[in-house]
This record gives sequence, C-alpha cells and structure tokens, in this order.
Amino acid sequence: MHEMSVAQSLIHIIQSEMDKNAVTSLQTVKVKAGRINAIVPEALETAFHTLTQGTTMQGARLELETVPLELECGSCGTRFISATEDPLFLHSECPQCGWELGHRVVKGRELFIEYIEAD
Amino acid sequence: MQIQVVRKILEDNEETAKRLRDTFRDNSTLVLNLMSSPGAGKTSLLEATLGVLQRSFHTAVIEGDINTTRDAERIAATGAQTLQINTDGACHLDSSMVLQALEHLDLSRLDLLFIENVGNLVCPAAFELGEDLTVTLLSVPEGDDKPEKYPAMFAKSHALVLNKTDLLPYLSFDVERAQKAARAVNKDLEFFSVSATQGEGLENWTQWLGDRVRDKKKTD
Repeated sequence: MHEMSVAQSLIHIIQSEMDKNAVTSLQTVKVKAGRINAIVPEALETAFHTLTQGTTMQGARLELETVPLELECGSCGTRFISATEDPLFLHSECPQCGWELGHRVVKGRELFIEYIEAD
Repeated sequence: MQIQVVRKILEDNEETAKRLRDTFRDNSTLVLNLMSSPGAGKTSLLEATLGVLQRSFHTAVIEGDINTTRDAERIAATGAQTLQINTDGACHLDSSMVLQALEHLDLSRLDLLFIENVGNLVCPAAFELGEDLTVTLLSVPEGDDKPEKYPAMFAKSHALVLNKTDLLPYLSFDVERAQKAARAVNKDLEFFSVSATQGEGLENWTQWLGDRVRDKKKTD
C-alpha cells in the first residue's frame, strides 16, 4: 500500500500549486504513473479520496494514466512495449530478435503530476 | 482553470534522499538498503554478515519494522549498534525516517550502515534512501518467478542475494530462470547464493561487500 504515501505527497504538491496560483477549489488532478511503479489505480483513488475528505480537494477527480513499460533491447536496440497486460508480469523477450537480457528501461519509471484543474 | 504542474510526486523523498547521500559521502560511510519479502531472511543474513564484517569495520543497523522490536533485538545481540524505526503500519521506509534515525548515530565513526527495510517486494522500491547499494534478498521457498513478478525491485538493485540455498534439493526452484529474469531488467546485477543460517556461500558476499566499503573510503 505505498499508494497511501503517494497520495500524501500528491496532496502536498497540489496544495502548494493551489496556493501558488491562488485557487481554492480543486476539480481534477492528472497523474502519470509508469507501470514499474506498480501503482494500483483503485488503491490510489481510495487513498486520495480518504485523505481529502473535508478539505478543499474533496470530491476532486483523480485521473490516472498508466505509462506502459517501454524497453530498448539489450542486443539489437529495438524499442518495444512489454507484451502482457498483467501489471505485475513483464514478459521481456524482444519481438525483433528474441533476446531476453539487459534491456534498458526507456519509459515506465515516471511518476508525476501533469496538471490540475482548479478555480 | 488548468494549471500545468509536471512535478514528481515523490520529489520530497528524493530531495531528502539526496541530502542523505551527501551526508553519507561526507562521512565515507557505505550504506546498504536491504529489501525482500517478509520471511526471506533479511535479519538472518545481517546476523551472519555482521559476524564476519564486524571484525574489520565499524558497523550499525537501522531496522525498519512495522510494529515490533524482534528484529532489532536479534541484531543488537550481535553487538552492532542498532536503531529501530517502527513505521506504524507503513509498508516501506522513506528518507525522512532515515534522516530522523541518523540523529542517534555517529556517522563519522561508521564504515558501514545497513538499513533493513520493511518486508515487502513492491513498496520499498519506490523510495530511495540515499543508499550506495540496493540489495534484494530472495529466498528459495518464495519461488523462481519473483523477479518476473516484481521487476521494479530487481531493476533498481545492485545485487541479488539468493538465500536458503540449503533447501534447493527439496524445492523446484530454477536458479537460472530467476537470474535470467532479473538480468532482463538489470544487466549489471551481481548474484550471490547463500544459506545464512547454515553459513554457506557467505565468503563471496562478505568479500564483495568489504571491497565496496574499502572502495568508498578510497573515493572519498
């Protein structure tokens, strides 16, 4: 359940951005999470809604975009998205040459707030 | 109105981790973050490792535990300075907890600091602690598919230690499969095979670790 810690940090950043922009009511927050972070969307949503009860963020929508894991083949350099949909199982055989080892993670580590909508 | 933010969600943790890293560098203390599932044998590995390395280095241990002091008591019995962090239910340590713990440690006298993270293969991977070495411990009874299922942990590790190798004859654990999957996400990963309780395979591991401690002294 690292989603609880992630939600706490998320709220902390949203508050600082709201203060900076002199807005008081949050409608939406858009988050991008690379798949390697293993964020469970429902768990993050629950944590966010629980922690924002009774605050200016209560009722705001959390939009979570999961960024798939993109790898660069350790042998031939082909870039590919890991194949299976199960977030905890990465099948990492290169579709071009079949190589399985030493791929570089190109995308899928990120975890950031893209934007907020607030008035 | 829409406000573009583009800020890392765990930026606070990363900034504190950077502060920790600087402090560890200034004191030439090698810091190791040890992570694994519950029951993989982190405390047993530390007990066995301390038994060897305490002869050559000043060593301390920060014990992350959700709710008890059991592990800290076992480590303290080895004679190493031991600090307990109770996370009160949180499934990982974060860098601010480590920063607080440092108030009770004299880093200038320490060559090697172990941080035993909370037993969990998912959450601790997201929180850097400013460590030099990230080590994941995997035990034979957990199964050889763990690197495939929890790639984040193995992708960020410098070393993978396979523990409870004395059980290999009794269980269908394919060492090659586990290594292959871990190397798929991390080609530079070092491998060690040990049985912490039987004392098997510890020489390679403690030798490697001792070399890292000496390297850090040289570079600083």
